[in-house]
Amino acid sequence: MAILELQGLAKNFGETAVLKPLDLTLASGQMLVIVGASGCGKSTLLRLVAGLESASAGRILLDGADITRQDPSQRDIAMVFQNYALYPHMTVAQNMGYALKLRGESRAAIAAKVEEAAALLGLGDLLGRRPAQLSGGQRQRVAMGRAIVRQPKLFLFDEPLSNLDAKLRVSMRAEIRRLQKRLGITSLYVTHDQVEAMTMADRLIVMEAGRAAQIAAPMEVFERPASRFVAQFMGAPAMNILDPVRAGMGNTPPGSVAGIRPEYVEIVADGVPLAVDLVEPLGAETLIHGTLRCGQRLTLRRAGPPPAADGLHVRFPEEALHFFDAESGIRIEEEAAF
Amino acid sequence: MKDKPDFLAHGVLLLGVILFVLPIWVMMAGATQNAGAIARGDLSLIPNPHGFGMFGRALFFGGASRAGYPVWHMLLVSFAMAVGIAAGKIAISLISAFAIAFFRFPFRKLAFWTIFLTLMLPVEVRIIPSFAVVSSLKLINTYGGLTLPLIASATATLLFRQVFTALPDELVEAARLDGAGPLVFLRDMVLPVSRANLAALFVILFVYGWNQYLWPLLAASSPAYTTLVLGIVQMMAPDQMTPWNLVMATTTLALLPPVAVVVALQGAFVRGLTETDK
Repeated sequence: MAILELQGLAKNFGETAVLKPLDLTLASGQMLVIVGASGCGKSTLLRLVAGLESASAGRILLDGADITRQDPSQRDIAMVFQNYALYPHMTVAQNMGYALKLRGESRAAIAAKVEEAAALLGLGDLLGRRPAQLSGGQRQRVAMGRAIVRQPKLFLFDEPLSNLDAKLRVSMRAEIRRLQKRLGITSLYVTHDQVEAMTMADRLIVMEAGRAAQIAAPMEVFERPASRFVAQFMGAPAMNILDPVRAGMGNTPPGSVAGIRPEYVEIVADGVPLAVDLVEPLGAETLIHGTLRCGQRLTLRRAGPPPAADGLHVRFPEEALHFFDAESGIRIEEEAAF
Repeated sequence: MKDKPDFLAHGVLLLGVILFVLPIWVMMAGATQNAGAIARGDLSLIPNPHGFGMFGRALFFGGASRAGYPVWHMLLVSFAMAVGIAAGKIAISLISAFAIAFFRFPFRKLAFWTIFLTLMLPVEVRIIPSFAVVSSLKLINTYGGLTLPLIASATATLLFRQVFTALPDELVEAARLDGAGPLVFLRDMVLPVSRANLAALFVILFVYGWNQYLWPLLAASSPAYTTLVLGIVQMMAPDQMTPWNLVMATTTLALLPPVAVVVALQGAFVRGLTETDK
């Protein structure tokens, strides 16, 4: 249980600012998910907190104590790596107990803690095995176990599920979240997967080119994206961005683009005509891609099987529209616009 | 897998085996025969069943060195020298490769390339300066003098550096987060993970040390430090008839320790040279 504070934390590699100054406070027991495309600085942020990279500016506070210049081993932070980074020559039990052994805990205490964590993760039967004898999912669990056993102040997850197959990823996702809630350990979780980000986060940082484009609760990020980038990054398929004037929308802020999520586009009998060029039936829902009469591309998503007609008419409900500044991409609040 | 045996492959392999085994066979068969017969060129490929005692006699034969040290003593000297060279080379190159692979320090590249350059300076090239240094340090006729000039080794450092840089960064970082300092990391991660490479290198270096001739010839002028390889040469004195059966029996004995080391570490040796997955 710990509060993590970042104050103007920044990292430069030579001339390039990999992470622009970031301020953030994460409450005790919360899960903060850092999401972004590759190269956006999300891993750098995690490695700065871990102490594997040194900060160029700013401070990292853990429970009020400045840990910015501390060695990683003294920070009381555990990390789950993308490739698990299990020690290949040690058994599962030795892997999990290694940090405790270095801390000088007694053999009996280590064994008890390892067994407790193993029981929690369903690893009880595997304690004597080596990493090479485990499946991907089991290795993932061992990596989790190694972090849990230490009862650290902070968990760091660096894309821990990206090496698992899709099915396992979904179940491990839920399991990690349950475990983290149950243990109440403050966590940072880096991912490029927006579903993981949405489902796991108490709070979400969407990173764009080394900058935090938005820091908010997941649903707020979804419902009120702070910029055009965030709007298009979160949600699949991505939000449609249209020139409102050409699309025939009425009352819109000047110099803006309009965004509407594919699921909010309504199919009506009499509206803006859409020439459909691709229909993707996904079973429970259907994705429809087409071109509006004004030449702009549009994707829409509707529940159920594909519609019969090639030519559809669509409507953009006003309450589902988002407006962003055409130049800067910053969100224009409705109140201010009208 | 094929069902039919590949006769061509087996034929080639068999030819190779014969090529390798034949000289050893001649040596072992020769050891059991009459020295005069060998000198005349009457070397039979069939061992003389009454001559096997020669191996035992060779072991205690003291005529090869001036002070009468027997062959078993030379075996021990050679063994000590070879183990000293192999262990010393491994220790020093392990530490230097560890520094080069895991630490960022000024002139790291320079240090690496300087070590690399010593590849061009084997003991044969620098024998006079090496001898001058060792003799001014009063190390002539000591085990230190016998081994130290042969220990500094670029090959082993390069090999270890390759092994170490192949360790995933995440492993290093995980250990750091778990609280392992550099020396603990060396002991708990690097050494166990590269055990097979260590064994492979030990085999190669042991044989290298065992076969040394030129350096011991200079650095071990005292009969107490005569190595087996030197001893064999001394048996072939130019002014008398060479006891060829004795020479061959001694050579056979000289073959045994390296063979024993290879056999003992064979599994690790193969793994260390072929295993790439870490």
